[in-house]
Amino acid sequence: MSDTALKLVDVHKSFGSSKIINGVDLQVLKGERHAIIGPNGAGKSTLFNLITGFYPVSAGYIELNGHPITNLAPYKIHRHGLSRSFQVTNIFPKMTVFENIRCALLWSMGYRYSFWHMVGRLKKVNARAEEILEKIRMTDRRDIPAGLLTYADQRALEVGITIAGDSEVIMLDEPTAGMSLAETEYAVELIKSVTQGKTLVVVEHDMSVVFNLADRISVLVYGSIIATDAPEKIRQNQEVQEAYLGKEIA
Amino acid sequence: MIRTQEKNSGAAAGFFQQHWLWMVMVLLLCIVPFILPRIFTSRFALSLLNQMGIAIIFALSYNMLLGQGGMLSFGHAAYFGMGGFIAMHAMGRMYAGTLPLPLELLPIVGGLGGLFFGIVFGWLSTARAGVPFALISLGIGELIAASSLMIPAFFGGEEGISHNRMVQMTMTGFRYGRDIEVYYLIVCWMLVSMLLMYLLTKTPLGRLANAVRDNPERAPFLGYDTRTVRTYQFSLAAFFAGIAGGLFAINYEIITAEAVGAVTSANVLIMAYIGGLGHFFGPILGAILVTVMQIYLAGITHAWLLYLGLVFVAMVLWAPNGLAGLIMMHQPFWKAGLMHKLLIPYTRALATGLVMFAGVMIQIEIAFHLSLSINPSLPMSVMGISFSAYSPTAWILSIVLIIIGFFLFRPAVRNVGRRWQDTMASIGKGGAQ
Repeated sequence: MSDTALKLVDVHKSFGSSKIINGVDLQVLKGERHAIIGPNGAGKSTLFNLITGFYPVSAGYIELNGHPITNLAPYKIHRHGLSRSFQVTNIFPKMTVFENIRCALLWSMGYRYSFWHMVGRLKKVNARAEEILEKIRMTDRRDIPAGLLTYADQRALEVGITIAGDSEVIMLDEPTAGMSLAETEYAVELIKSVTQGKTLVVVEHDMSVVFNLADRISVLVYGSIIATDAPEKIRQNQEVQEAYLGKEIA
Repeated sequence: MIRTQEKNSGAAAGFFQQHWLWMVMVLLLCIVPFILPRIFTSRFALSLLNQMGIAIIFALSYNMLLGQGGMLSFGHAAYFGMGGFIAMHAMGRMYAGTLPLPLELLPIVGGLGGLFFGIVFGWLSTARAGVPFALISLGIGELIAASSLMIPAFFGGEEGISHNRMVQMTMTGFRYGRDIEVYYLIVCWMLVSMLLMYLLTKTPLGRLANAVRDNPERAPFLGYDTRTVRTYQFSLAAFFAGIAGGLFAINYEIITAEAVGAVTSANVLIMAYIGGLGHFFGPILGAILVTVMQIYLAGITHAWLLYLGLVFVAMVLWAPNGLAGLIMMHQPFWKAGLMHKLLIPYTRALATGLVMFAGVMIQIEIAFHLSLSINPSLPMSVMGISFSAYSPTAWILSIVLIIIGFFLFRPAVRNVGRRWQDTMASIGKGGAQ
């Protein structure tokens, strides 16, 4: 079991009388890039929000690196080594690009709620922030308020914030949504490079992105996972094609 | 790489550029008491400065909540007042000799009092920001204000508590019998508090307070509990409010339930807002302006609160970033040395605006005279000109002033906007070349 990064057992979620997630079982292995796909309204984002503690589950069990994280507060889940991005760009718009990254580093580098350190003097933190800026190729825009960046840059910054805390499990919610073809290619390459050696869970609409990026794919339809397999096998899977791929890829 | 080189070579100049405001201020504060006695013969100026210093600390502490933490509090006076009352009780003991503490350190007692209540009520009220926080802060403020009349042993009932500040122990040669000595004490505490609050914005907590303000949804995924961040920020803000309360106790030697009340809470909100929440120095400007209005204007007219209200509403409507925002808006112009291009349009707008305001003012003063004066038929005076409130000339003149002012003011404002854009465009071109 030690090679499992994330485990979901019979997870359910209802909003009122409508059941969105119906008994999802899922295992994400350590170090793999795992994509969750499915038609609109299948419950991908809901599942994402359940794993990251954004919503409480109605029933079921979730485990992260062997720690039960079911219904923990998001910040506690983060401290167990899970970091996420959002479908709608979710950065700190009034702070500079550099400040966005630096804030994402402070907890994991041990500064917590400190009000006796000067952030300007935290050499390791600042060096690490510069490193991440370099990785997401935004060094030249470091002093711009994040809210003024282009959409694609904001998404890249969000990826930067997500990986900054050095979490083992990175969850990206539609990281290329709303991007042009060129921007998407760039983003996929960026995601590949920055998540090396980490476990990546990604919800994605764009099939070319999914097949390019993922080691394994889970297909979510009407709140249940109907298949989990390598990309080629998923492509050939009859049930998946009927449920989902047939319409979009044909 | 180029950036770091630039930074190093210009380090000294950069330091001055960044901190010039501080330096000028410290210099000014040191000089003021030497010049003052030559300009003012009364104690009026000193009491104004003392009140200003206290207001500056209080307004800056308020901005830790609203400006830096995104917490709109309607009850910040609770911590100012509780700090003040606790300091006042301590001062009484110090005077009696049962509490061996020098007067200079009394504001810390106030600060700790504020901190204590800040932790308790902060934890209660910071579970959510936004509207729930604002309403809870209002409720807690009312709670404390209400209990001030229920617990006379602590709050002293309606007449409040008063003690003599000339206590047995001091750390300096001062006995604090004279206002100038209190002035120095307030200046010292103001500078220390300002510096600490400024440095706080540079700490991990300060930055996370910004992050939680900007995006409370995202912050937990950096590992932070938004409530804990807010509680820390709230408690520290309450600490500085308590210091201001302690200085209040020393300065006035009396504190009443008014200090914890809604008016004081509203006042500090208005100060911080008029000054500008987005910049650290904003609330300082607001505190200075509002204190001047409170003291000078209140001496001139009964309607001063109405004028303050007008200023506040005008700022909320047309300059939501406050005085500091207005100043910083001009940064590109003064950097490009183009401020003179705006001088004429500004003068025009100001002059026409004043014409309009003069009309409004006469109307307000007449209305106040008619409703508040014991005998409205007695002559009244505005700006040294005395006339009868029933005189049709005054009425016609004020209405004419309003109409003329209004029709001249509008094009003048449009002209400012046009000139503004032209100048901005010319800076843009200059930058591109």
